[in-house]
Amino acid sequence: MTETVATKIDPAILPGSSATTDSTICMDVNNLNLFYGESRALTDVSFQMKKNQVTAFIGPSGCGKSTLLRCFNRMNDLVDSVRVTGEIILDGKNIYAPDVDVTSLRQRVGMVFQKPNPFPMSIFENVAYGLRLQGINKRRLLEEKVEWALKGAALWSEVKDRLSESALGLSGGQQQRLVIARAIAIEPEILLLDEPASALDPISTLKIEELIYELKSKYTILIVTHNMQQAARVSDETGFMYLGEMIEFGDTNKIFTNPAKKQTEDYITGRYG
Amino acid sequence: MDSNNISHHISHKFDEEMENLHNQVLKMGGLVEQQISGAIEALKYSNAPDAEKIILQDHKVNALEVAIDEACTRILAKRQPAASDLRMVIAVIKTITDLERIGDEAERIAKMALNLAENDTPIHSRFAGIRHLGEQVKQMVHDVLDAYARLSVDAALKVVREDNNTDKDYQDLMRMLITYMMEDPRTISQVLDMIWAARALERIGDHAKNIGEYVIYLVKGKDIRHLDLDEVEKDILS
Repeated sequence: MTETVATKIDPAILPGSSATTDSTICMDVNNLNLFYGESRALTDVSFQMKKNQVTAFIGPSGCGKSTLLRCFNRMNDLVDSVRVTGEIILDGKNIYAPDVDVTSLRQRVGMVFQKPNPFPMSIFENVAYGLRLQGINKRRLLEEKVEWALKGAALWSEVKDRLSESALGLSGGQQQRLVIARAIAIEPEILLLDEPASALDPISTLKIEELIYELKSKYTILIVTHNMQQAARVSDETGFMYLGEMIEFGDTNKIFTNPAKKQTEDYITGRYG
Repeated sequence: MDSNNISHHISHKFDEEMENLHNQVLKMGGLVEQQISGAIEALKYSNAPDAEKIILQDHKVNALEVAIDEACTRILAKRQPAASDLRMVIAVIKTITDLERIGDEAERIAKMALNLAENDTPIHSRFAGIRHLGEQVKQMVHDVLDAYARLSVDAALKVVREDNNTDKDYQDLMRMLITYMMEDPRTISQVLDMIWAARALERIGDHAKNIGEYVIYLVKGKDIRHLDLDEVEKDILS
């Protein structure tokens, strides 16, 4: 069951708030709280995510960063006993408002997981899957879109001659890029990446990072990573989370050279624990 | 960042490496301080053997610079330090460059002392100005190394401020030395050596000031180079 305080707020008045009139803001998170039953996983998280930028969340295991990420496409709705309060404003509308269509929200907010999860079908069909769900069935259009997505995910040159082969035959790094291609095929506005490179070797990791850099001109990207150097390399803004709270959120350059909070300092310099 | 308040890294080896780096810089600083003292003494008394000793010892300072530089490179490659650790390594790399140059200036002063000694022209009381400048920059170097050891922003700021006085005293000294040459052209060669030595001392003051700025960067994460000092003070002490 999902219950929100925001349901009491008329969504129509939200576009008028100062934060949402700023065209550089993609999502505005206000006092977000999340409970798994009685236990509180997120506490009063508030920050603004900028359009066409990469925002990274770092923090020790269990600090709530993946939970936070899953709030943006309401993946947490799938977990029983989850209760969310507060609001996430996307285009002037709270995504937790009662009239929000979760399916169309998830089309706008794509997600890639830690372990590449290609479907047991051909490379082509993996990417075309979401498009077919959208009702696109014309072969010509599908081919165009699949090629575009695979090029966008920097995988086209490696797979263009074997599109009909099983996706399971690809390497881990290729599979992860395939999954990213599948996510961008339906042209979402926001991409959520949950540890996208943690199961990959260093070269594949760099390819994914390069891809993130290229994708941010078209999408707003959120990434959760345990690899702090990766957060430092790919993101524009970084949030450090600890015990469900956003301890510090700001410019990545500042966080990694001169963080304001001692907890952040201790974590990124390896003094945490 | 408070020097007494640094908790330990999870990796003790990393702690050791950083501590070792800090100590090596202090060791290099101590050596450089000795070199300046020795050079100023040699200049004061036109003592050739002492001056030669200083010149011969400069390679020790250079060797330490190379060793510390390598240690910094290793830490950057292996540890990818962040935040205060990163600032520490960067500050060390810059500090040792200035320390090495202070060493070079000390060597230069010793060479001038050697020249003066060879010409058998001890410094007379009228060169009190250069002795004063010497004591002043020696104290600056001492104070800035102390600020580095204690990671004290206040002490570092004091040294940065002090450099203005040194520059002024250097200008005064120059004017005085020029009048000596005008009054008695026979002193020109001797006074030129003094001018070179004074110039070296003034440069040492500049290097001490640079190190003071690195200490502030290390502790506060703020780069105060080329900024108005009053503004800086308001900003970082607020």
